[in-house]
Amino acid sequence: MATITVKPEPSVAGRVWPKEGVARVPYWVYLDPEIYALEQQRIFRGPTWNYVGLEAELPKSGDFKTTSIGDAPVIVTRDREGALHVLLNQCAHRGSRVCRDPYGNSMKLQCIYHQWNYDLKGNLTGVPFRGGVAAGDHKVGGMPADFSLRDHGLQKLKVEAVNGVIFASFDHNMPPFRDYLGETMWYYFERIFDGRPLRIVGYVRQKLAANWKLMFENIKDPYHASLLHVFLVSFGLFRADQKSKVEMDQTGGHSVLVSRKGDQKASQGTTDMASFKSDYTLHDPSLLAGRKEFKDENTVVMQTLFPSLIVQQQTNTLAMRQILPLGPNAFELVWDFFGYESDDQEMRKIRLRQANLMGPSGLVSVDDSEAMEMCQKGVAAEADANAFVELGGRECNNEDHMVTETAIRGFYKHYCHMLGFQPGASH
Amino acid sequence: MTDREAKWAAEDLLDRYVQCLDEERLEEWPEFFTDSASYRVMPRENVERGYELATMSCDSKGMMKDRVVAIRNASVFSRRYLRHLVTNVRITGREGECYLVQANYAVLQTLPGEETKVFNAGRYADKVLLGNGEPKFQEKIVIYDSLQIPGMLVIPV
Repeated sequence: MATITVKPEPSVAGRVWPKEGVARVPYWVYLDPEIYALEQQRIFRGPTWNYVGLEAELPKSGDFKTTSIGDAPVIVTRDREGALHVLLNQCAHRGSRVCRDPYGNSMKLQCIYHQWNYDLKGNLTGVPFRGGVAAGDHKVGGMPADFSLRDHGLQKLKVEAVNGVIFASFDHNMPPFRDYLGETMWYYFERIFDGRPLRIVGYVRQKLAANWKLMFENIKDPYHASLLHVFLVSFGLFRADQKSKVEMDQTGGHSVLVSRKGDQKASQGTTDMASFKSDYTLHDPSLLAGRKEFKDENTVVMQTLFPSLIVQQQTNTLAMRQILPLGPNAFELVWDFFGYESDDQEMRKIRLRQANLMGPSGLVSVDDSEAMEMCQKGVAAEADANAFVELGGRECNNEDHMVTETAIRGFYKHYCHMLGFQPGASH
Repeated sequence: MTDREAKWAAEDLLDRYVQCLDEERLEEWPEFFTDSASYRVMPRENVERGYELATMSCDSKGMMKDRVVAIRNASVFSRRYLRHLVTNVRITGREGECYLVQANYAVLQTLPGEETKVFNAGRYADKVLLGNGEPKFQEKIVIYDSLQIPGMLVIPV
């Protein structure tokens, strides 16, 4: 993990973390615009690796896409030599957005306003009327004599492509991505991204009226999955009484929920699950037909990589969920569904069918969308109250069961560290 | 069947189809399709880029029924009122026994206590069996322009 330079202070943006520590989450973290601004500065523009896309989206020289890191707009490009670049999408002249398309292919980037030209590395290559305009036998206007193209490129971010996945950082002192993950998280990352060429299956996008952290926490919270999701529970896709575990990296910021499919049968555990319906059957069971494709028996591996990427495996449906904050009260969720170039026709169909579980119409994820929006509405009622997060204890340890909120506590341990809060400090 | 009759039959099918959705008679929704029909709701960007992913897809009438059962019994979402507006219906060709039917649509959504908003807009690209018997969809592809879905898309379009 990168060295954090933020000094812990008792009060950050006029706020003090509850004395109970990370077993409490104050509701103002979801509401306060000053906290939001601080997150943008210290997390998204700070020492973090942020997901910006898959290499399979930009296979050729000249390919580009636009996306965001936090709420900072960026351009991802593949240059003439095949190297990847990530650039702030802001003209060095007057700040205009340079690249206006979501994706495309071009050998240069040109700002429409005054036609400043950049190459795909972000270097400024041309400025119209730089030498002024002819007026009789001399020239008038133009840039001062000491103007240098070299001083006015697009802001360049640090980039690392890891087995087909592209990450970027505003912090040029970031350690390699693998060190940022730690070995436990790297194991799960490499389980999916082992270097095999990836294939884009497609995108879906939704905008939710909730704070971005609620999405990230949702995938660190196995407690809700056995209760909220009738579909998951009834078909045994994910249940508290199945073999499972919650693991984190050293910082607590990254985590993984691991589980494996069980049978659709009642057990001691299902008595607490009002959502369990043993007589629920499908007219067309091919929706859930899957295939073992990884080296272990795990059918659910949900990895959250700090600050805002979710790597999803639910049976054979694989997706990157990129969280793009839009102020404290909303975020865009971009789902990049993918498979492997080596997928046969049947596997392509399996992935498409199982995609019905996820996304804005997901038989499972619709419930989460509703829950997050209800959370945001609810917490707004009293910003100074706290969430009570003590399931499974008050610590942030790895657990081999699902009846715990340990990964939420782990996330807030690291969040506090990044923002400068001292959770549990004496008041 | 004359062109005029075909256009009238296709419009009538679409009118009854969206009325069924507006009135939330979801159990009747699969009955607008033939037994071998498929249904897809796709973001325009995937169609344009050649990606197959759908936001909602049913490869069979059974999957349509499963979608309805899930909406009724397994999904958690807030009450909402939907109003589908369909226009510019035209027949663009024939493929075997099917007529190719295109139409524009918009879905207005009202969450109780909130103002009405345009929730989703796009076009239908359908294959419709007209002629003998009740007209039905052999294939329905909903291609939406509103790439960023506000909240969730639960009810079929």
